[in-house]
Amino acid sequence: MENTAVDLSAIERVEAARTAHITGAAKPAKVVAKGVDVYYGAKHALMGVNVDIPDRGVMAFIGPSGCGKSTFLRCINRMNDTISSCRVTGNITIDGQDIYDPALDVVQLRARVGMVFQKPNPFPKSIYDNVAYGPRIHGLAANKAELDEIVQKSLEKAALWGEVKDRLADSGTGLSGGQQQRLCIARAIAVSPDVILMDEPCSALDPIATAKVETLIDELRSNYCIIIVTHSMQQAARVSQRTAFFHLGTLVEEGATQTIFTNPVDQRTQDYITGRFG
Amino acid sequence: MTVVYFSALALLTVTAYFLASSHSAAVSARGQRLHSLPAYHGLLAVSLVIAPMLILWVIGTPLISNLALSNALNLFPTDVQTDSLKSGTALRDVQSFAAGQRSGEASDVLRSAADTYSTWMTTGTYALLAAGIAAALLGIGTSLRLVSPTFRARTHFERFVRIILIACAGVAVLTTIGIVASVLTETLRFFFDPNIKGRPGVLDFLFGTEWNPQQAMRADQGDIKSAYGFLPLLTGTLLITFIAMCLAGPLGLLSAIYLAEYATPQIRRYAKPVLEILAGIPTVVLGFFAALTVAPMIRGYGEAIGLDVASESALAAGLVMGMMIIPFISSLSDDVINAVPQSLRDGAYALGATKSEAIKQVVLPAALPGVVSAFMLAISRAIGETMIVVMAAGLAAKLTLNPLDAVTTITVQIKTILVGDQEFDSAKTLAAFALGFVLFFVTLVLNIIALRIVRKYREQYD
Repeated sequence: MENTAVDLSAIERVEAARTAHITGAAKPAKVVAKGVDVYYGAKHALMGVNVDIPDRGVMAFIGPSGCGKSTFLRCINRMNDTISSCRVTGNITIDGQDIYDPALDVVQLRARVGMVFQKPNPFPKSIYDNVAYGPRIHGLAANKAELDEIVQKSLEKAALWGEVKDRLADSGTGLSGGQQQRLCIARAIAVSPDVILMDEPCSALDPIATAKVETLIDELRSNYCIIIVTHSMQQAARVSQRTAFFHLGTLVEEGATQTIFTNPVDQRTQDYITGRFG
Repeated sequence: MTVVYFSALALLTVTAYFLASSHSAAVSARGQRLHSLPAYHGLLAVSLVIAPMLILWVIGTPLISNLALSNALNLFPTDVQTDSLKSGTALRDVQSFAAGQRSGEASDVLRSAADTYSTWMTTGTYALLAAGIAAALLGIGTSLRLVSPTFRARTHFERFVRIILIACAGVAVLTTIGIVASVLTETLRFFFDPNIKGRPGVLDFLFGTEWNPQQAMRADQGDIKSAYGFLPLLTGTLLITFIAMCLAGPLGLLSAIYLAEYATPQIRRYAKPVLEILAGIPTVVLGFFAALTVAPMIRGYGEAIGLDVASESALAAGLVMGMMIIPFISSLSDDVINAVPQSLRDGAYALGATKSEAIKQVVLPAALPGVVSAFMLAISRAIGETMIVVMAAGLAAKLTLNPLDAVTTITVQIKTILVGDQEFDSAKTLAAFALGFVLFFVTLVLNIIALRIVRKYREQYD
């Protein structure tokens, strides 16, 4: 037990040094995961994941279906808590704070870590109320004027304001798929999170809507730490600066996106990105 | 005879299946490629046996019995034949005499009429049996002759299945239409038939404030016009329904939320069936529970704090009826809440909502149309409920909104009017049909509203 822990931290240090060397950037890590294991009942879904995710940038998780990348993503805002059979061990910190600390309020955590889902899931409420939902439950606006401002800013950041500004009272479910997904991004931004998790945000969208969302992600990265799970390697290459490859519940390789796609270290990564399996 | 007929039907069905399927199998074994598998030729033959035999039986049986009765009736004197009451009695005598159930002496006319009746019945049933078997054999013959490479037995059998399904649906629909039509006819008679003494005008019925059908029986006494005022029954019904919903609404909805969102699978596995058992308690049992336990208890409490409580109060009936409809609300709402997509809950949780915030602000609004329709169905159940109110609410038609008073409901009055021997042509009896029609109309409107809301809800998520 003791030995394993020492081993892991040693590997971690070497890994971190190598990473810093390759990217040339020594940004402080926003999210740090150490030895994260996830079990669904008896199934060991994720094994010993160690990764540093830098602030103000986009990190992509790639890998074949069922490799654990979404599971890991859902550990970062503790969405796995809602699944009763799920058990998470190991250590994840955001800005040095342990998010699995029993003293930490999971509601506060989720206000700091926004999430965008695979399928657009606007609430069956008006566009305005969708965006205002988070600020309202967390009391972020003192009055109606402030709330209006938050809603407008969020929709502007999500590149949706121009399309919906005249129909804020219409139902969010009446928008097109791409607009719905951008509404969900606006909804996540409205609570001013530090980290935004995106679980295959474009898999239900057509190429034009996908391009809009990708442009949006690129604009958002100067202010947020964005982590995106994607099945499209082209998308990972387009939007991310760093990429992690997951396979069979382990994190195989993590590094600068360019390196992963042009010169991967591990044979499995090489096979996956060249389309030999997956 | 019926047994023989249906034994023949069963035997011929089996024969038809094996003959047709083996014949078509033999044909295809000779190298002709058939459109359908042997089983479908067999099933088609079966349908060609069952359909004509059943149709013959359904048409033939009443025909034979009518024929036998009318021939027997012809032997009676003319005055018996023309008077519907006398001829009815005579024919009942004939039937019981022919069946050997009548002891004692019988007149010559009765004896010969019974003979005629028996002869016609026997001949008729044998003829029916023969016709049925002939039709079945014809069906088998046809199905055997039809076996050929171009004949599509499978398609034809499919059509037969469709006809059967249409017939089954038709029975339910026609029954509904028949019941509504008969209630409607009697209601119209109640209001507009000039032969009915003491009938009220439509407006007197709908807006009258006094209900006393007993008084109207004595046609020359009292104020007849005001005796069929429907308002006290309506207020009584609505008052009890309101009390029931005040109890069942919150309890049912909150327990549905608990079961759907908070309960662990183990608790859910036991709690749900228990709630459904509550729905299975016969209302007559709940009725005496209301009359013997709840009503005295309310009266006791009321007197303790100085209130004047009737021994049969609207409150007692309403509370017990509320208990009765809790399972309707909780079970339906539970289904609706479970149907709200998990992605909406995830969306709320991911924004940092607590469980109760997510339920109150996202899940319930999304489930609202379904919850509303559950309430509507529960209300129409409560309005139509009879047994509990008969036993616990009393019979006094009082125009009051005081829940501690005794009131009566539409259903209770229908039951009271129709229990015992009644003249069918009196205004009092027909009033029951008018009440039934109003009751039907109210629940129909509620059900339509509920279905509308459910439909709207479906469009939103499918």
